[in-house]
Amino acid sequence: MSTLFLAQAQQEASRAEVLADDPWWLVLLKVVVLFAFGVVMTLFMINWERKVVARMQHRVGPNRVGPGGWLQSLADGLKLAFVEEIIPDGADRKVYWLAPVISSTTAFVGFAVLPFGPKVTIFGEETYLQLVDLPVGVLVVLACSAVGVYGIVLGGWASGSPYPLLGALRSAAQVISYEIAMGLSLVAVILYAQSLSTGDIVDAQQNGWFALLLFPSFVIFVIAMVGETNRAPFDLPEAESELVGGFHTEYSSLKFALFFLAEYVNMVVLSGFAATLFLGGYMAPWPISAIGDGYFNTGWWPVLWFLVKMLAFLFFYIWLRGTLPRFRYDQFMRLGWKVLVPVSLAWVVLIAGVRALRTDGNVGSTEIVIFGGAAVLLIVLLTLLIPERKVEVTDRIPLAGSGFPVPPADLEVPEKTPRQLALEKAERKRKRLAKAGAASTTSSSASADKEGSDDGDA
Amino acid sequence: MPDTATAASGLGTYLPLVLLLLLSFGFAVFSVTIAPLVGPKRYNRQKLQPYECGIEPSPQPVAGGGRIPVKFYLTGMLFILFDIEMVFLYPYAVAADAVGMFGFIAVTIFIVAITIPYVYEWARGGLEWD
Repeated sequence: MSTLFLAQAQQEASRAEVLADDPWWLVLLKVVVLFAFGVVMTLFMINWERKVVARMQHRVGPNRVGPGGWLQSLADGLKLAFVEEIIPDGADRKVYWLAPVISSTTAFVGFAVLPFGPKVTIFGEETYLQLVDLPVGVLVVLACSAVGVYGIVLGGWASGSPYPLLGALRSAAQVISYEIAMGLSLVAVILYAQSLSTGDIVDAQQNGWFALLLFPSFVIFVIAMVGETNRAPFDLPEAESELVGGFHTEYSSLKFALFFLAEYVNMVVLSGFAATLFLGGYMAPWPISAIGDGYFNTGWWPVLWFLVKMLAFLFFYIWLRGTLPRFRYDQFMRLGWKVLVPVSLAWVVLIAGVRALRTDGNVGSTEIVIFGGAAVLLIVLLTLLIPERKVEVTDRIPLAGSGFPVPPADLEVPEKTPRQLALEKAERKRKRLAKAGAASTTSSSASADKEGSDDGDA
Repeated sequence: MPDTATAASGLGTYLPLVLLLLLSFGFAVFSVTIAPLVGPKRYNRQKLQPYECGIEPSPQPVAGGGRIPVKFYLTGMLFILFDIEMVFLYPYAVAADAVGMFGFIAVTIFIVAITIPYVYEWARGGLEWD
């Protein structure tokens, strides 16, 4: 069925051709709508996040500004425009100015390749609900998130302050580490879709979502997606308890707002990207897609499915933030480099191997399962040969020298504290002086009185 | 698809993307420029100091010759290594069915070649963070 559909689509005109024939006003309309969509989704997301997290913590959340409190983030954003802008003395002004611009500009570009829906008619013009269908659509999203790191690093560096610099370094290391895992998890998707274009990837999922077909890739992508956008539980660059605000500590006013906008737009773009790559994009989910011979896959309906899938991912972000505590940095880097990267590499080799066998070697599924099972069994048996790592015996509680100020077990506690000893010493000295004074003839009557009383006590 | 898509494969295809880029860039520049004009200015020397606890700020990491842990450099190098691997894997993935078994073996050799330095760095403790 999918091949039939694809053949028809090719006969009519390819997606890219239809999009290239868009008149200029339609392109402009799409650009403006996409930009507005990004901004509105950011405002919505901030509120939604605050409300959902509040509910998870048995609070009410923002409920004052506007109906149900939904205008709170808009009010906050407007307020940010009217607060004082502080540029610290140590800042490199040009770079400090440039960093938020880079961050927010690149964040929006990812929207261009997300397919929101199939062919529709807008004011008599047939077009796809997508800005451009590039043959390298997937790379555009990856490139945008990679260039967005420049904004973070430059912003942290240019602030001329220790906390932002540390936050920026962490953020850079984190984003590039998780970008590897993310990129490798995409290889399997591209392998199955045989294309880098986001539209083709959606078309390739007509018979089944890649989330089910390539489940390991999906899991790795979702984890990497959270790491890539610096969100909880991977929000180490902004760990309040360690780094104040991370790379944007020294930013205020609208420059700070731009960083905030970039973070949320990145989340929205990556959620839409995940829905496109793994959840069938704009196509209706299974039971609905069967109704009325695919009626719900035509016209404007797909936009609804796309938004629902995207919002599901965004809710997942919020859910994570409301549930999980923050990772420690070494745990986080270990997860990225020692778990996600090797697993996705092995998965890519496996998938590519199976694919090559099926297309080239005329090998059936049963043989693949048998030999694959044998190979897995062999690997499991081989892992038994790996010597077990010696576990250090830690049943003894370290008494001293563990890094904490613990007193030794054989510590002799003196009868009197150093303070008491010092006081007694001072007292004896005073008495001795007083006696010497009494012996001499120059002692006054007052001191003689005092001395007498002291002697009486003794 | 390549033969049908030739008409739309020119650089003109990227024009809408560039428009979106320009719009968001314009918005960002506008916001950054307008903010100091709209907001109030109340000069205070204390406010311009780096945000830190303590009375005397610590030496500036940027201007004062502070040092960055070498870990970040190592991670950066490893990133470049794997990024190159990714860049080569994408074209293979697109053309996997066309190149068949030969391509798979070639890519496997390539992945093994990348994995050797990775295992070496792992064994040498380059991936430990504490």
